[in-house]
Amino acid sequence: MEEVPQGCPGTGSAQAGRGASCQGCPNQRLCASGAGAAPDPAIEEIKEKLKTVKHKILVLSGKGGVGKSTFSAHLAHGLAEDENTQVALLDIDICGPSIPKMMGLEGEQVHQSGSGWSPVFLEDNLGVMSVGFLLSSPDDAVIWRGPKKNGMIKQFLRDVDWGEVDYLIVDTPPGTSDEHLSAVQYLSAAHVDGAVIITTPQEVSLQDVRKEISFCHKVKLPIIGVVENMSVFVCPKCKKESQIFPPTTGGAEVLCQDLKIPLLGKVPLDPHIGKSCDKGQSFLIDAPDSPAALAYRGIIQKIQEFCGLHQPKEEHLISS
Amino acid sequence: MEAAAEAGNLAGVQHIILVLSGKGGVGKSTISTELALALRHAGKKVGILDVDLCGPSIPRMLRAQGRAVHQCDGGWVPVYVDQEQSICLMSVGFLLENPDEAVVWRGPKKNALIKQFVSDVAWGQLDYLVVDTPPGTSDEHMATVDALRPYGPLGALVVTTPQAVSVGDVRRELTFCRKTGLRVLGVVENMSGFVCPHCAECTSIFSRGGGEELASHAGVPFLGSVPLDPELTKSLEEGRDFIREFPESPAFPALLSIAQKVLIEAPARVP
Repeated sequence: MEEVPQGCPGTGSAQAGRGASCQGCPNQRLCASGAGAAPDPAIEEIKEKLKTVKHKILVLSGKGGVGKSTFSAHLAHGLAEDENTQVALLDIDICGPSIPKMMGLEGEQVHQSGSGWSPVFLEDNLGVMSVGFLLSSPDDAVIWRGPKKNGMIKQFLRDVDWGEVDYLIVDTPPGTSDEHLSAVQYLSAAHVDGAVIITTPQEVSLQDVRKEISFCHKVKLPIIGVVENMSVFVCPKCKKESQIFPPTTGGAEVLCQDLKIPLLGKVPLDPHIGKSCDKGQSFLIDAPDSPAALAYRGIIQKIQEFCGLHQPKEEHLISS
Repeated sequence: MEAAAEAGNLAGVQHIILVLSGKGGVGKSTISTELALALRHAGKKVGILDVDLCGPSIPRMLRAQGRAVHQCDGGWVPVYVDQEQSICLMSVGFLLENPDEAVVWRGPKKNALIKQFVSDVAWGQLDYLVVDTPPGTSDEHMATVDALRPYGPLGALVVTTPQAVSVGDVRRELTFCRKTGLRVLGVVENMSGFVCPHCAECTSIFSRGGGEELASHAGVPFLGSVPLDPELTKSLEEGRDFIREFPESPAFPALLSIAQKVLIEAPARVP
């Protein structure tokens, strides 16, 4: 994007904080002092804090509304069905925090203790954190620019006392911007298993997902695979199939073949999913035999297998 | 001199409408595109400004992918998507060498480009400028509202789907509008139900009723419900003119009524 008009010269650049385009940037002074080029001490702190977390999974999509939060919530539910598996769900969508509602935890508050913030526990083995818990009213808008959002994400990763956790699932907003860069940056010293990328079948989603995949490659984030959501709709009355979001360019299947990325599964459109989410319940419990629930379980199993094959090496756990 | 150039580039634009939602994937770009097409069919000249820098959808929806952006004395020339030059478009999509390239920018860089899109694009004479936004209430939204404020935008169309999870985010967007002094023209409920083409049974795939309740709660007009129609999705994928080609679609009456509301709301500007 070199020919794009002058913007931020980059925090590591010699011009950081000094360029004309730096005027008015909230980080100008920080960059000019040279501190912008030094690694953030929080990265090491987060690495330490997350030593008790075995597997970390990011749920991403370039596109909005494809079902990231729905998938994150049900991945958490599915994994937590085994009461011996400790699951944590972190919602870093600062402007549109959907997870509290989907998990039936709206209105819950976060408590502080000596060891940091306590997540809100849905079950003994399922803890949740979201900016939604910090807002007093459902009408409150979080109108924050990038740096403030980044600060919140840093706190979520550094200051939440997750305890011993088998899986930390990080739900993200759509896009490839501050939240995503910050999450990857702050987790850079803590081993991240990889990203699950969610899409719907149509090209308008896939074109954003290709960008997200390019982002993952750029920041060296492994990709566990792609989930195609809202694949097909089966009419509850006549049972015939319709493709509401037609895969005009071959859907996730062709994208995965082209980019040599695993397709973890395809989930059909099922009105029960939206209803369960609105009620804050697990769709896997509400409609366990539905094709969508079976698809979810297959995908969750593949993710567990991936994580099982990629155990954090001992040197990650015992360092310096 | 710079101030004069800035005023010049938007001076010929009669009405500015923002299309917002707290929630992603509800159909902001769809509604922006269909609104532009409907306004064109009503004989208006329309510009679309796509400020979704991470996920610029509009070029494809108007079959304008890969087009080049040229410069003129007033700045960038927007891309005309039709021979009659009745719809023009500016999007970061036109500035990417590779369409799969991710725009991985933090807030300040996004803000800078949005300011340029507002002040340095030679929009010319337009009846309407429709501004499509990404989901959220963050840098892009603040930058857009700040940059457009001197030009007195007509207001915002706020898009939701029926389910509570969507409405939950969109309530926050309505607060954003209130806090930034942006008038809400109304709420549009998209994906309002699907009529099975085989048996005509209507299923509320994404729940029901949320849009109307939201509008009532916030005290703003409810502009209508747009049902799901695979022909609409396909038409946007292929960059076709849905308004011209599918007047019998169940989505057509709702889209037209939204456009009519916009036409009624726009007062005659004193030249």
